[in-house]
Amino acid sequence: MSFDKTTIARISRLARIATTEAEQERLAGELGGILAWVEQLDEVDVEGVAPMTSVVEMNLKAREDVVSDGANAEGILKNAPRSAHGFFVVPKVVE
Amino acid sequence: MANTIEGATGTWEYVIGLEVHAQIISNSKLFSGASTEFGSEPNTQVSPVDAGMPGMLPVINMTCIEQAVKTGLAIEGTINRYSVFDRKNYFYPDLPQGYQISQFKQPIVSEGRLVIEMEDGSEKVIGIERLHVEQDAGKSLHDQDPGHSYVDLNRSGVGLMEIVSKPDLRSPEEAAAYVRKLRSILRYVETCDGNMQDGSMRVDANVSMRRPGEEYGTRCEIKNLNSVRFMSRALEYEALRQVDILEAGGKVAQETRLFDVGRGETRSMRSKEEAHDYRYFPDPDLLPLRLEQELINGIAASMPELPDAKRHRFMADFGLSPYDASVLVAEKENADFYEAVAEGRDKKLAANWLISELFGLLNKAGKGIEDSPVSAPALGELLDLISDDTISGRTAKEIFAEMFETGKAAGVIVEEKGLKQVTDTGAIEAVIDEVMARETQKVEEYRSGKDKLFGFFVGQVMKASGGKANPKMVNEVLKTKLDG
Repeated sequence: MSFDKTTIARISRLARIATTEAEQERLAGELGGILAWVEQLDEVDVEGVAPMTSVVEMNLKAREDVVSDGANAEGILKNAPRSAHGFFVVPKVVE
Repeated sequence: MANTIEGATGTWEYVIGLEVHAQIISNSKLFSGASTEFGSEPNTQVSPVDAGMPGMLPVINMTCIEQAVKTGLAIEGTINRYSVFDRKNYFYPDLPQGYQISQFKQPIVSEGRLVIEMEDGSEKVIGIERLHVEQDAGKSLHDQDPGHSYVDLNRSGVGLMEIVSKPDLRSPEEAAAYVRKLRSILRYVETCDGNMQDGSMRVDANVSMRRPGEEYGTRCEIKNLNSVRFMSRALEYEALRQVDILEAGGKVAQETRLFDVGRGETRSMRSKEEAHDYRYFPDPDLLPLRLEQELINGIAASMPELPDAKRHRFMADFGLSPYDASVLVAEKENADFYEAVAEGRDKKLAANWLISELFGLLNKAGKGIEDSPVSAPALGELLDLISDDTISGRTAKEIFAEMFETGKAAGVIVEEKGLKQVTDTGAIEAVIDEVMARETQKVEEYRSGKDKLFGFFVGQVMKASGGKANPKMVNEVLKTKLDG
């Protein structure tokens, strides 16, 4: 599979990563190459083989239903470019 | 009931499917140890996991999973012992991770069903496609600042069950009955509080219109309906909008729409369109969820009696009408109260008193049954006084109003006001004689064939007795005396 520039533009918009037309040209080639490399796996016959979900056979780790975190609004907001009255403040997003 | 819409070119039928998001009742969030409590100060219930901090790993809260299993059993679904968490990728300020952990291809519950009851007493089975577990998003406030939105992540990461119906609903009324029934079940099994006002239960409605019996048309999705009434209005509006387009020879565009409560109309949410490519993939931070059969069996064994079973029991064992039974079982608290009152008493009498008297006064006072000024034993005492002829049914209503007002016991009010019913034949005869002596003209008219006057005499006797004479005895004695 290969990429055209429209697909690259669409992917970068979905990922919220700005790309120039020149970059899209270059990325189409690079991503196409990566995909072609991965696609070699298609040569392997995996009929009847269950997808591997973990290298080690183990179960999902679970947690008790107890409150053990939170109560740290100041810390949570510390990296926010802007905050007020305990809220994150972001550009207006409303339908 | 309007299952169809008569357009200019013929009849159109609704096809509705609902996605209900129900917040799971748990102490802590689905993948973090932060509290789920509603209404706290902003961002005080946020762990670094919920804030999407780099390097944080989600760890599943097994209680949330057990709640989902319980709900799945309550809707008669298949519990999948193997399910997978996926990432649903999109950007929004209230979604700090940039993806929502959800279940896509392999949900925890599939193929359930739910029975709805319509007002005419008919029942209909509605298929449920799936139930899956996912994270809730944070909350944005848009009215605090003209140029900015405020984001509170307290809700971010709270466990949700998304319950998806099949497109089996054929009218806004059926959709409303479905939501009410699902809410009732969730509250019975205590997996979601069903509080639509606070957003712990929200509905997305998919609706399309078709000619009866034909293939499904193109559907629109109306997002985030937070009351049954708004949902019905949104569906009605959307149906007319689609019929107008179809009848003009146009095509309905498949899109996400928003219901504007103020204007009573739906409109397109353009921003949602391109975001529809969610690029789901299995979350590499989480292994598949495997459930032991013993766990499922244990939950199945602990299930409470569900509304349908209770309703059928009330009908079969207590002889209640389908309507009365439905009203009583809708809220578990009401059903429990009813059973406490009805225990050892006349079941229908108890049902009537709850539905027509107690619920009426509670509604008027804006109170729920848990705040009822009249307790179940207190109402029971009043019913006993009716059954043993101490008071008449009419007097009982007055007493009940006072009990509701003052919280006094029925017996106390009867004593204080001397409301004890007169059941002494001699006393009743004396009153009747008095009335007959006064109304000689009417007695003659009655005896010469004006039967209708009987009611007049009953009224006069009751009045003369201050409403305390036993009506049944008055009827009997009066008949003998007048006819004799």
